[in-house]
Amino acid sequence: MTPVAAAIVATGQTDHVSRRLDASMAEIAREAIDRCLASRNLSFDDIDAIVAGNMEMFEGIYLVDQFFVDALGALGKPLFKLNTGGTVGASVAVCCYHLIASGRYQKVLGVGFEKQSDGSTQAAITTVGDPIWERAVMAGAIGNFATMASTYIHESGVTEEQAAKVAVKARHNACRNPHAHLKLPNLTVEEVLASEYLAFPIHRLDMCPSSDGACAIVMVAGDSADGLAEHPAWVHAAVTAHDQQYMGDSPKRLAVMRSLRAAAEKGYRQAGIADPLRDFDVAEIYEPASYAELAMCENLGICEMGAGGRLIDEGLTQMDGPLPVNPSGGVQSTNPVGATALIRVAEAALQVMGEAGEHQVPEVRRALATGYGGNAWTDLMILSRERPTP
Amino acid sequence: MTASAAATFNKDQAIRIEQQITLRYRFAAGRHASRFFTALRDEGRILATRDAAGNVMVPPRPVCGLSSLPMEEWVEVGPSGTLAGATVVYVPFIDPMTGVKRPVPYGFGLIRFDGADTNIYHLLDETDPARIGVGKRVEAVFKPREERVGSFADIRHFRLLD
Repeated sequence: MTPVAAAIVATGQTDHVSRRLDASMAEIAREAIDRCLASRNLSFDDIDAIVAGNMEMFEGIYLVDQFFVDALGALGKPLFKLNTGGTVGASVAVCCYHLIASGRYQKVLGVGFEKQSDGSTQAAITTVGDPIWERAVMAGAIGNFATMASTYIHESGVTEEQAAKVAVKARHNACRNPHAHLKLPNLTVEEVLASEYLAFPIHRLDMCPSSDGACAIVMVAGDSADGLAEHPAWVHAAVTAHDQQYMGDSPKRLAVMRSLRAAAEKGYRQAGIADPLRDFDVAEIYEPASYAELAMCENLGICEMGAGGRLIDEGLTQMDGPLPVNPSGGVQSTNPVGATALIRVAEAALQVMGEAGEHQVPEVRRALATGYGGNAWTDLMILSRERPTP
Repeated sequence: MTASAAATFNKDQAIRIEQQITLRYRFAAGRHASRFFTALRDEGRILATRDAAGNVMVPPRPVCGLSSLPMEEWVEVGPSGTLAGATVVYVPFIDPMTGVKRPVPYGFGLIRFDGADTNIYHLLDETDPARIGVGKRVEAVFKPREERVGSFADIRHFRLLD
């Protein structure tokens, strides 16, 4: 059976901040949905299925699919709840795609949200460790990440200065994005390097913030897309790939990201991408720290393996470079975890639709978006202005 | 609903409902982990599983994720190994085994046991970033027999050999 063509036609985000005391979790989810639907004069009557996701252990909630029903407009409709860790937002988008591609649904609403200020992220992150093997000696997301960064530095020769340039790029880009959390227009490489180490070699300013926020998209089937958006963002690949089960199984972790490489290989084949640097006009990738962006660019084939440092030195991923990476400011500027990977997809869609406002990259035809689940798995999407040929 | 509500929201009226939830779990480790932790606790030995293709994996497991072959053979690895990655952690993190923040700074690394094809995370006894790094030789330091309970924490930490 030929899959039904699917396109993202609307997105909505909250203005992400460290603490939203004026709204509950359900209310921020609804805020993003309202913005998303209002952008195309859509209503809940138009929606025939909902996919929602967050890191439920962060807030200690479980039945999101029950007690968010009203906020998500899901009464009497199928509401699929996902929890795939850091990738969950991208998993939401991939799931939206499968629902439409199957031919069963016409207009699907995807929602990701997180209120880190409500919860206990640091404690809850232990639940991402295997209880029998990994929790006895965990060191949090930052300790884990710093260890991976050391491997990546060893393999690629990337320097702290090159990573700091990525951190600066992200916070400068964020200044043009009305939804971004951490906007630092005057940040310098020197300031990043002078910020304290959270865990060697990760400086505080190399790392993402902790945010409250939500994101929503509407994905629709085939012909209904054209009436809703001038330039729908057509889905050309929606891929998920897993690595082995334990954190130490992947020998070089951040340096050689097996699930990202597997997802990229499959997605590029589906979408006919031969040279990612040439064929993509923009990328929104899930880089929880500065080093991650460089390592991910290598593993995505945007540059040769080991050439991540040169990529930022030569400005290839800057706003005015051939392939701007994370014009939104990325995860380093905004991280409401359950929404974060959906923000990547939504931002890629905005770029393809030509509606990214001040952070719009000129003449975007094809965009790449990735989610990141601590190396354990990757969700990857490729969006395009061209409707896919059946 | 939220746009107008947010506009009129008075910060002084923000109410936060505080809750503390204590949950207790007892994870059955299963046959592979039970054998591994028994050997660690009673004999101070590190066991791994091997498949017919020669893959040697710690933690031990019934099936190899790479070859999909059963891992039927038990072999001993370590207690020495090589760092595949390392850091010094300066931000306190709640130790899941105790609920208390682990004192900082401490060393933390990815260790490849001699004879194994996978890495494990563990603590290092070194807090000077200049002394740790990929390729450095390390060795498991076991807790005294009477303190060992059958857990990865029966290894107190790894000490640098170089």
